Amino acid sequence: MVALIDFADCHPLAAVWNSGPAPRSPLDRPAIPVSPPSALQLEKALQLLGAAGHDAPGGAPGSPGYLQGLIDALVELSSRDALTGLANRRAFELALEREIDRVARSGEPALLLTLDIDHFKRVNDTFGHNAGDSVIKAVATALLDSVRPMDLVARVGGEEFAIILPNCATAFGAAVAERVRRRVEHMPVVVGPGQEIAVSVSIGGAFAPQWVRSTPALWVERSDQQLYRAKRQGRNLVQLEPTAVSVVSSEEKRLLFDTFQHHDED
Amino acid sequence: MPELSLEPPRGPQPANILAVTSGKGGVGKTFVSANLAAALARAGRKVLVLDADLGLANLDVVLNLFPKITLHDVFTGKATLMDAILPAPSGFSVLLAGSGMVEYSRMTPEVREQLQKVINEVTPRFDHVLLDTGAGISDVVLYTVSLAGEVLVVATPEPTSLTDAYATIKVLATTQGRRRLGLLVNQTRKPGEGRQVRQQLQQVVDRYVNPNLDSPVRLELVGEVPADPAVRDAVLRRQLVLEWLPGTPASLAIVAAAAKLLQP
Repeated sequence: MVALIDFADCHPLAAVWNSGPAPRSPLDRPAIPVSPPSALQLEKALQLLGAAGHDAPGGAPGSPGYLQGLIDALVELSSRDALTGLANRRAFELALEREIDRVARSGEPALLLTLDIDHFKRVNDTFGHNAGDSVIKAVATALLDSVRPMDLVARVGGEEFAIILPNCATAFGAAVAERVRRRVEHMPVVVGPGQEIAVSVSIGGAFAPQWVRSTPALWVERSDQQLYRAKRQGRNLVQLEPTAVSVVSSEEKRLLFDTFQHHDED
Repeated sequence: MPELSLEPPRGPQPANILAVTSGKGGVGKTFVSANLAAALARAGRKVLVLDADLGLANLDVVLNLFPKITLHDVFTGKATLMDAILPAPSGFSVLLAGSGMVEYSRMTPEVREQLQKVINEVTPRFDHVLLDTGAGISDVVLYTVSLAGEVLVVATPEPTSLTDAYATIKVLATTQGRRRLGLLVNQTRKPGEGRQVRQQLQQVVDRYVNPNLDSPVRLELVGEVPADPAVRDAVLRRQLVLEWLPGTPASLAIVAAAAKLLQP
């Protein structure tokens, strides 16, 4: 007897598995046998995963657990930049959306940093593309070492990186950004036998507006504007957007109201 | 009937764009925009009120306008901008955003571009353009305000309104580099309360904002409008209080504010 699996409409695979003539009723939905495993084409997926250093999924081939493990591993693979292991642009954009949503609901400040390796073309042109790759990997490591586990570091372009720092207060954000800049500045990169070079990054940053739902595009644009400023002002520099301090501190409120109360009593 | 005796505009001038904003909702932004526009129209000026609350418009409700062609229709190519400029009963023109246009509550680059285009097209045709912004200090509101030459912050004398007005002032000063902001205090309970409120806000600005800026922010009291039951009655009648009861304290205050705005 063949075990049949029938995916409910809400399941992510429903669109794939449940294709076919429109069912007359939910019970009529054509079900696709999941085992025997020879019905599924898994070689390509397994090859890619193997090349990326993933183990084969556990469990009996074709079992739901196996498939889930396979899916999870493929998700990982398609979310990561191959060279550095950082989140790739796709994963970054998803994370931005999520963070904006979180900020809109919780009101906690979040910081976006966009970074660009200074004079990267020069490295490639002078030392070759392998050296360029080494630089990128070294910068990636420096970034990961400078941030908290909850922060998301992504490679979003050739020499462009981004970091999302959730729940990041203004002062903390400035400190982290500077720490990142300094770490990259002081980190020698091996580009050849006995050859080390120094690199630097320009960093732009903007806090997510705390008042209402912004858009990823707008948030990135604001951070990029600061990055552009950093470049223009000499590179190897951090520029954060002056915080739209829409938060009114208790000291400010006290001054605002106490004196006001005082007037009221006149 | 009180008349504003003011000289007519001297020759073709770029329209004065005034953003009317508040931070907190419900302090009378729209009431102020509409009645100020009526007062300016009475002084012989050509005025447009642009309801820039792209998420949720309400100027049409206040002015009892129907049928309405909105900016949404313009943005989607169903109407021209000229079609959407509607005459309000009180001598000024109105451009409505369109209610419930939730997609515009997010300020995408496309919406920004469209709004900028609209502003560029209409400002040459009017002496004054009043931008009635939405409530809060969202991307949309801030962007809308950034299109204006002058800003009028509307606040009432109560704590949450003051806090939000102060936050708005801070944001405008730091992110838009504004140094002169107009203040209109609505629903004052006694004479001189407007001046007190301005002083309050200025004091906190002087202590906490100005030290971090290259030049100081100065708040200018444009007007204080007393709490006046006629205002609510006018709303219920779907009429502007300036039209219905021009002699009531709120109306007189609005006329005085308009005069203040027209001072060189």
